[in-house]
Amino acid sequence: MGAARRLGRWEGLPYWLILPTVAYLAVFFAWPTVQAFELAFRDGDAWTLEHFRTMANDAAFGDALRFTLLLVVVIVPLQFVVALGMALLVNAKLRARGLFLYVFLLPLAISDLAAGIVWSAIFTEFGYLNTILEGLGIIDRPYLWLDPQNQGLLLMTVVAAEIWRSTALVAIILVAGLQGIPREYAEAAEVFGAGFFQRVRRVIIPMLKPSIQVALVLRVILAFEVFATVIAITGAGETVLAEEAWRWKTSYFDDSVAAAYAVLILVLSVVSAGLILRLLRTPREQMAR
Amino acid sequence: MRRIRLHLVPLILVAAAVAVASVTSGAAAKSTRAQADIVFASTQLNPIPEQEALRNIILKGSPVGADFVPILETALIDRLKAEAQTGKGTISLVGALDGTFASLDPNLFVDLSAIAANLEKRGVPKQLLNFGKVGNKQVWVPWMTATFLMAANKSALQYLPAGADVNDLTYGQLHKWAKTIAEKTGRARLGYPVGPTGLIHRYGMGYLVASFSGGVVTTFTSKEAQAGWLLQRSLWKYTHPQSLTYGFLQDPLLSGEILVGWEHMARLQNALKTRPDDFVVFPAPKGPKGRAFMTVVSGLAIPRTAPDQAGARAVINHLLSLSAQARTLSAVGFMPVVGGRLSTTINPGLLALARAARKQTTSEKAIPGLLPIGLGTEGGNYSRVFRDTFTEIVVKGNNPKRILQEQAAKLREVFAKSGAKCWPPDPPSAGPCKVG
Repeated sequence: MGAARRLGRWEGLPYWLILPTVAYLAVFFAWPTVQAFELAFRDGDAWTLEHFRTMANDAAFGDALRFTLLLVVVIVPLQFVVALGMALLVNAKLRARGLFLYVFLLPLAISDLAAGIVWSAIFTEFGYLNTILEGLGIIDRPYLWLDPQNQGLLLMTVVAAEIWRSTALVAIILVAGLQGIPREYAEAAEVFGAGFFQRVRRVIIPMLKPSIQVALVLRVILAFEVFATVIAITGAGETVLAEEAWRWKTSYFDDSVAAAYAVLILVLSVVSAGLILRLLRTPREQMAR
Repeated sequence: MRRIRLHLVPLILVAAAVAVASVTSGAAAKSTRAQADIVFASTQLNPIPEQEALRNIILKGSPVGADFVPILETALIDRLKAEAQTGKGTISLVGALDGTFASLDPNLFVDLSAIAANLEKRGVPKQLLNFGKVGNKQVWVPWMTATFLMAANKSALQYLPAGADVNDLTYGQLHKWAKTIAEKTGRARLGYPVGPTGLIHRYGMGYLVASFSGGVVTTFTSKEAQAGWLLQRSLWKYTHPQSLTYGFLQDPLLSGEILVGWEHMARLQNALKTRPDDFVVFPAPKGPKGRAFMTVVSGLAIPRTAPDQAGARAVINHLLSLSAQARTLSAVGFMPVVGGRLSTTINPGLLALARAARKQTTSEKAIPGLLPIGLGTEGGNYSRVFRDTFTEIVVKGNNPKRILQEQAAKLREVFAKSGAKCWPPDPPSAGPCKVG
């Protein structure tokens, strides 16, 4: 008891506790970031924008940027709605709520490449989906889901895989946020005659804002980095920014252009994170409950 | 006890962790030293089943143990350069493609002339040994070879055009065949590995262009080369659209998504091994100039910084022994470099692969080609030209003449930067190879 009290009083302790994290981030994130910037903006001893010019003039650049942005725009809102539903379900006073949580979390434990391969096995011509649809008599011959000529369909298959794989990440943050909201608020709203959707819209979502912020920022950043699912499902049919960075590094042996892609991904992530933080700003007086 | 200074606790914990880590890693280092295994880093045999086969079957019986480390080509190049710079080596033996060695400074490796002389006596062809020579120095010795072949589901043979021999196809006959298959089965069933991990760039540089024009670099923009690309473009109508996702054709062959395809023999072996009675393998088609094909040679070399050169030499001797070479074919589907008759006791599917490879090499009007030589780090850009050309002309349907002009400019840059001379099938050149 005495020791614990002293622990609480001692002001230096928090700094010691975050020291390992700070050291880790400095060595494995900050330093490589500085190096990446150097690679992207330097040619020998001189500063240059040449690598960015090479990147922008590359035939695949436009496609990669377009498909990456498309994925962010389609996946993030869709995922948010699904995740909110999952979180409300877990948080509801249901009997099997613990079970729901476990089932929802399963895809998170699977690597994104493995998930991509599983989904490509589902969508491939002689894959699971066509076999099931044929078995049910819905189609009489296999349908080509992964047809590079049909970009809308390709986008849909990647979105399906990404939603399955990473919605739980958003949901778990929302669940944590929901559990921090005292039930009295929703109950009070109910007493005043608010229906379910009104309660969600007027009470729960506003109080959930800080969690929504965190979830969206995290998810948007991850969406800009998407790589393995896209490459496993669409092959050379579509490409994203991270895939091009990888290709420039491992196939074309050009570290500088690869770094330019990395810098672009970083800038896009930072800008969109800033945008989300701004749009979902919670006034200070609302923060404390 | 209660007086203990709490702010020291994290420090003590960190110190203890460091101490424990250093003690255990020291112990680990000691135990590996006791086994005296050499580190064998290789860009070849990297798929897990091949790694397992190498460790448990091919390396078995080696007088010196080898710790096999699969590694990407870029990582290997960086690693070897770094080890040479610091003068502290961990890798004793390197396994890589001839093209990888060609992109590295020969001074990174020790001279293997003595081993080469020995290998020649064992029946390794002099021509193969010469690939590893730079001047008088034997930088690397051949380890195994492979090539690209065609494979087909036997159910597709009924659609062959009248009078066509599957072992002596022309590109025109392949076109008719693929067309008939598409009409009879209701979907395009020809396949190429055009996915991100597929080897389609080898198709342009080793098969298509040379079969139509007789060369690769020197005839790159020629009318004949254009004709070849145009034919490939008309074949695309009968090519399965999911070809853009294929890395290894053995999977779509096994599932039946494709019935005919062109692929590296090691990337066909699963299909051939599991259902040898369902598939046939045969040489690539021939064009107006002949049957062009590419031989891929993997080699072994010892870095100058190798901690155990004698051990590495012993492992090379083992890997190139008759028995280990025979096991290389049966376990991983690569062709041995040591001469000798093919045993009929190996898996019939692998035997079929080996026989088809031999047929391709010895066929009339053969135009043998090699992986690029002397391109160094430009090797990636060279491959890229052929992949992009395929995408632009065949997949996207752009004008071949314009695309070939555009890509020729990129090829010129590759040769200006690398200064590489021509290699087969292009005729030898005095200076850097001229893009034609």
